[in-house]
Amino acid sequence: MTPKSGTTTVARPATLPADDPATMRLLLRDMLLIRRFEEKCGESYALGKIGGFCHLYIGQEAVAVGTMAALRPDDLIMASYREHGQALARGMTARAVMAELFGKAAGCSGGKGGSMHLFDASVGFLGGHAIVGGHIPLATGAAFAIKYKGGDAVSVVFFGEAAVNNGAFHESLNMAALWKLPCIYICENNRYGMGTALERASALYDVVQRACSYDMPAEVVDGMDVLAVRDAVHRAALRGRERKTPTLLEIRTYRFMGHSMSDPIHGHYRTKDEVEQQKARDPIHAFAARLREQQMLDDEAWQAMEAEVADEVEDAIHFADEAPDPEASALTTDVYREP
Amino acid sequence: MPLLTYRDALNHALREEMLRDPAVFLMGEEVGVYQGAYKVSRGLLEEFGPERVVDTPITELGFAGIGVGAAMAGLRPVVEFMTWNFALLAIDQIVNSAAKMLYMSGGQVPIPIVFRGPGGAALQLAAQHSQSFEAWYANVPGLKVVAPSNPADAKGLLKSAIRDDNPVVFIEGEMMYNTKGEVPDGEHVVPLGVADVKREGTDVTLVAHGKMVGLALKAADEMAKDGISAEVVDPRTIRPLDVATIVASVRKTNRCVIVEEGWPFAGIGAQVVDDIQREAFDWLDAPVLRVTGADVPMPYNKQLEKLAKPDVPKIRDAVHRVLYRGG
Repeated sequence: MTPKSGTTTVARPATLPADDPATMRLLLRDMLLIRRFEEKCGESYALGKIGGFCHLYIGQEAVAVGTMAALRPDDLIMASYREHGQALARGMTARAVMAELFGKAAGCSGGKGGSMHLFDASVGFLGGHAIVGGHIPLATGAAFAIKYKGGDAVSVVFFGEAAVNNGAFHESLNMAALWKLPCIYICENNRYGMGTALERASALYDVVQRACSYDMPAEVVDGMDVLAVRDAVHRAALRGRERKTPTLLEIRTYRFMGHSMSDPIHGHYRTKDEVEQQKARDPIHAFAARLREQQMLDDEAWQAMEAEVADEVEDAIHFADEAPDPEASALTTDVYREP
Repeated sequence: MPLLTYRDALNHALREEMLRDPAVFLMGEEVGVYQGAYKVSRGLLEEFGPERVVDTPITELGFAGIGVGAAMAGLRPVVEFMTWNFALLAIDQIVNSAAKMLYMSGGQVPIPIVFRGPGGAALQLAAQHSQSFEAWYANVPGLKVVAPSNPADAKGLLKSAIRDDNPVVFIEGEMMYNTKGEVPDGEHVVPLGVADVKREGTDVTLVAHGKMVGLALKAADEMAKDGISAEVVDPRTIRPLDVATIVASVRKTNRCVIVEEGWPFAGIGAQVVDDIQREAFDWLDAPVLRVTGADVPMPYNKQLEKLAKPDVPKIRDAVHRVLYRGG
């Protein structure tokens, strides 16, 4: 996972402090919550309580958590269809997200969106979007609106590395660089677009080099290191807020599970050995070990965290189970906004 | 009432709405420095500046999506397509993003946006530049579709479209930009979803929208010389469709011909026929007929192109058939 080129077009001075134990433990807890939440999603899918497509985020937790830790409440966020982790990391409740996955009226999108369309406008989470690359122009437009209104928020968009071969990506980056829009493009490079490896889909291995075409600042980031992600997004956000400059971050991560629930963990397109090798870089284990080394975490605190997170997920499952379906009348509401 | 071209009526609507609401901005190819490919945006860059009259690269998917994203973040974009043919590159953003956002967000994220530009055939522009896409967009719940047929409607409907909180597909006519008509002074707003009887008559109802209204009126004038009294109903908005006005007219005349420039299969007329057969079955004295564009890609050759388009003789023939008149 070392970049072939090592290309980065920016220096890396700005980092956030990493010495406050409470803050550090919160990052760990946020990642752990996503992990346990996603494991329960897998179970609930097998039980038929979650339908449709369901794409788990296990392995990539550091990307969502690190990113959100560097953002402000007024920043705007969009993501692809693998977005349970981003929604939770942004502060949407496990209850609201799980209820949405269960298709319930109490879900964050009223049961009309499902796994791929999580929304909570009150925290600036403007969707899971399910056409690969199609939301990249949307986030660029949100950045346009921020600048138009004279604000200093940033727009952040998550997408996979497969989206960078798509015209929507290139058209967006061109206009963001041309017009100086405060947009942070977060490419979560988990190496596979469904079952197609990056090197089988892209003439260029290093996604970060795509930014050269648009003279855009860019970095390669270790997506298994939550602090590295946080600091890179922090730098990008400063650039966006102060200079209205967009950034492309290629965050190298790995998906421990299949593409979706119908895809086995390794399938025909990757080996079991590769998956096991990557699991040795588990972002949660790595960060927990680091906190232990720095005396910010002990067994007791870890167990308490595990118990608390398990309770939160159990509560979400219970809530989602008990919550009512939408009324039949919901079928025809929200098609048009009435005055 | 002042006489304005269709182009200037649209220009005035844009200008007035931009003055009224700072969240309204115009974006598209050549809308600024060039003053608009069809000069609809003439003078707006000078008046409102490049922040609000935004020239884009030739990148329909990208700027349509940027428009939708800007609407998600609280602006009211007007996205100009140089023609609707080019918007096919952006149809993912219109259908998958704009039309669905409110619903899939459970009502949280409205998309107040207007996509506008000329549709339909002009003269000898051949297959890729001569298409009518009303039926495509009208098929999609979440979109509104508007096709003004004269300057007054163009102004009043565009103002309504910009003020609407939903995505509106606004299809103008390349051949209409120079046509003149009276436009009421001052605040002139035409509500969406309300048809207009452009000509009253008693023998047959002609339903036509956009550029075809002019043709239907011309046909009606000519047929009047033969003693046929045709009523011309212009839905103005394709979706939502004002079925009540169409049905009321058919119940009065008992006969109907629908004229559209688009292709016949699953066209707008097919929908109108469906409404009429349910709502006015017992009033019909003849099957409803349709005059449409030919079911072919548009040819370049002038004679072939003429054959492919609706015209007055084709409308008259259809009317004679529903009236069971010879010749």
